[in-house]
Amino acid sequence: MALLQISEPGQSSAPHQRRLAAGIDLGTTNSLVATVRSGEAVTLKDAQGHDSLPSIVHYSNLGIEVGRHAREHAISDAINTIVSVKRFMGRTLADVQGASGELPYVLSATENGLVNIETRAGKVNPIQVSSEILRPLLALATDTLGGDLDGVVITVPAYFDDAQRQGTKDAAELLGVKVFRLLNEPTAAAIAYGLDHDDEGVIAVYDLGGGTFDVSILRLNKGVFEVLATGGDSALGGDDFDQALAQWIYQQSGYTGDHSPALQREITQLACQTKELLSAQDSAELLLDLPCGSRWQATVTRDVFEELIAPLVKRTIMASRRAMRDAGLDLGDVNQVVMVGGSTRVPCVREQVSKYFQRELLTSIDPDKVVALGAAIQADILAGNKPDSDILLLDVLPLSLGLETMGGLTEKVISRNTTIPVAKAQEFTTFKDGQTAMALHILQGERELVDDCRSLARFELRGIPPMAAGAAHIRVTFQVDADGLLSVSAMEKSCGVQAAIEVKPSFGLTDNEVANMIKDSMTYARDDMEARMLAEEKVEAARVLEGLVSAMNDDGHLLSDEQAKPIKHAMMVLDQAAKDGELKDIKAAISACDDVSQDFAAQRMDQSIRQALSGQSVDDI
Amino acid sequence: MNYFELFALAPSFELDLVELKAKYLELQRAVHPDKFANASERERLISVQKAAQINDAFTVLNATDSRAQYLLELAGFELAHETQTLKDPMFLMQQMELRETLEDITSAADPEQALADFQDEITSYIKDINQQFVTLFAKNDHASLSQAADLVRKIKFMLKLVQEALRVEEKIFAY
Repeated sequence: MALLQISEPGQSSAPHQRRLAAGIDLGTTNSLVATVRSGEAVTLKDAQGHDSLPSIVHYSNLGIEVGRHAREHAISDAINTIVSVKRFMGRTLADVQGASGELPYVLSATENGLVNIETRAGKVNPIQVSSEILRPLLALATDTLGGDLDGVVITVPAYFDDAQRQGTKDAAELLGVKVFRLLNEPTAAAIAYGLDHDDEGVIAVYDLGGGTFDVSILRLNKGVFEVLATGGDSALGGDDFDQALAQWIYQQSGYTGDHSPALQREITQLACQTKELLSAQDSAELLLDLPCGSRWQATVTRDVFEELIAPLVKRTIMASRRAMRDAGLDLGDVNQVVMVGGSTRVPCVREQVSKYFQRELLTSIDPDKVVALGAAIQADILAGNKPDSDILLLDVLPLSLGLETMGGLTEKVISRNTTIPVAKAQEFTTFKDGQTAMALHILQGERELVDDCRSLARFELRGIPPMAAGAAHIRVTFQVDADGLLSVSAMEKSCGVQAAIEVKPSFGLTDNEVANMIKDSMTYARDDMEARMLAEEKVEAARVLEGLVSAMNDDGHLLSDEQAKPIKHAMMVLDQAAKDGELKDIKAAISACDDVSQDFAAQRMDQSIRQALSGQSVDDI
Repeated sequence: MNYFELFALAPSFELDLVELKAKYLELQRAVHPDKFANASERERLISVQKAAQINDAFTVLNATDSRAQYLLELAGFELAHETQTLKDPMFLMQQMELRETLEDITSAADPEQALADFQDEITSYIKDINQQFVTLFAKNDHASLSQAADLVRKIKFMLKLVQEALRVEEKIFAY
């Protein structure tokens, strides 16, 4: 059969087929999708010619609207119109109520305390709202590229913690799209700039968006993008400028009546428009119809606005300063300062950043698009469309990971700005005879007290073999992958017995909640849902087979006939299952392929390590 | 495979850091998960583990203090989870004095300058200890290595001070 016809090394097994991939900037205020076409990254435009989609979702009796249509309801139906949902991602109800000012929503909590928004269409969580924003972007990419996407790269603020990252990835996976990678926004911007200008040296990326602030210090050298340090604030952005001005408007107007959701929205919108005007002119007129029937009028100058936002801008400069310190560099080492995000249009932001870094600022790529463009370039590479690309992205963990110890203190396990992927193991023991379970509390943040850090997860280790106190040696491994996502595994290793310990997380959404979300996200009948799952599994089967065929082609020589036989057999079974099997058959066959090829995969990895060190590429052998 | 073998380098305290970095990047190019975006779950997992191992190896070998400790561990001196304490009254006295200096920095007339001076002082102590380490480690007999292990313990004390100085810095600048 064709599948197992192994071609000679060096001879490609199939004509190169271009894979479809896109980069998505899922922003607080606006979202964009971009792709590489004819070697150039471009943002995609919808039928009306817009390339940015307002990140606004409106829930009504008639259905869900996203973007500009949703924005039309922002004042008239504020309770059911969700704006800036990114600020709620991975956050608990308590975080949201504590941090933001007044919000025009009815909020509640999920089983694990995450925030839910009560809308006319029922309870929705930030993951679902985000997936509604992603849906039209994915459709736009699919239509423009003329086929289903092989995968996407989605950008996240570098300073996003584990819960926020996981939520973003879940939002995409709800729609059945493969996420190649979560890419940090400043790193994406650096790719767009670095490749464009063929830059070398140290660049600082200052990224002030609608709701988040990031600063990253990177070293660029011959295709290597190495993040040296990152810092920021995942709850600081242009929205806060609006809020500061909105508060001022409340005070100045002397209005003391009820703050209805509609009035809150209206004043926020007025503040936002005024902020934008003040980027171009020295003063702006304010006009507001108050609910009491009177009309309020005033003038605001740029000086007043700058005074209002000064403490916020100062926080970004302090974070930049800390990132520079963490990178171990002096200001003189910085070659370029790249400005990203709509809020960098505010003149006093530019002045302050330029003053701190003592540099002219780089703004040649549209600060609203640069992140999506960088994501598109990375997506194109990860899809395999540029096999000769020598780009290597080395990013870092933005916030330290730690464990709760006695007395409500945290002990750091992995420090911030450690290059990822990273794995660290720690050993624990039992303190009671016959103890079979143990709880671990994982925190993310820099502070010493547990209460000052973000509680990321509580894990229960179960199934520890009963032993005398202190006899069990439980080795817990914390692994952070290239997306910055944490996984935890545990193992008991005394007396040479390796008992797998069940790691039960108690954060994020419960399995039930996830199942309901998937059900809700599909408007299909049950049969359609099964058909969709079968179709998705077939795609997965094809992917696994393709991977194995090319692995056998390239490195089949590593295997003896004896070793190759079970792999070939498993591939044949999978090929057959993918043709006429049921969902469970395909799943089983994929899993069987995975099992028999485990040693082969490890051998291949070791071989590439040897080749890397001997400076030989595969083609030279 | 130890970390030196992983990078195909001879075990030594005095490493060519440029060569180390070049090899590190070559290895990451070969194993980084971004090279396996389309591979099977299994291959992706192996790639994450390898990339993590290479990152860890690079971090350990790149910094002088962790490299010193690692070399001693290879020579049979386990220092990572040890309970043995340092018996050097002079050194411990100096530590206490340094700690007092650090505590007083926030109330100094020019805390920024005082902190910078303090950090410079610690850096020069560490440099000094490292030089002593080179000499002792080269002798390669048990007594010398045992003394070298004490130097690594001293560096650990110094590094704790470095960490605490960073906390003071965060207070001064209100990060």
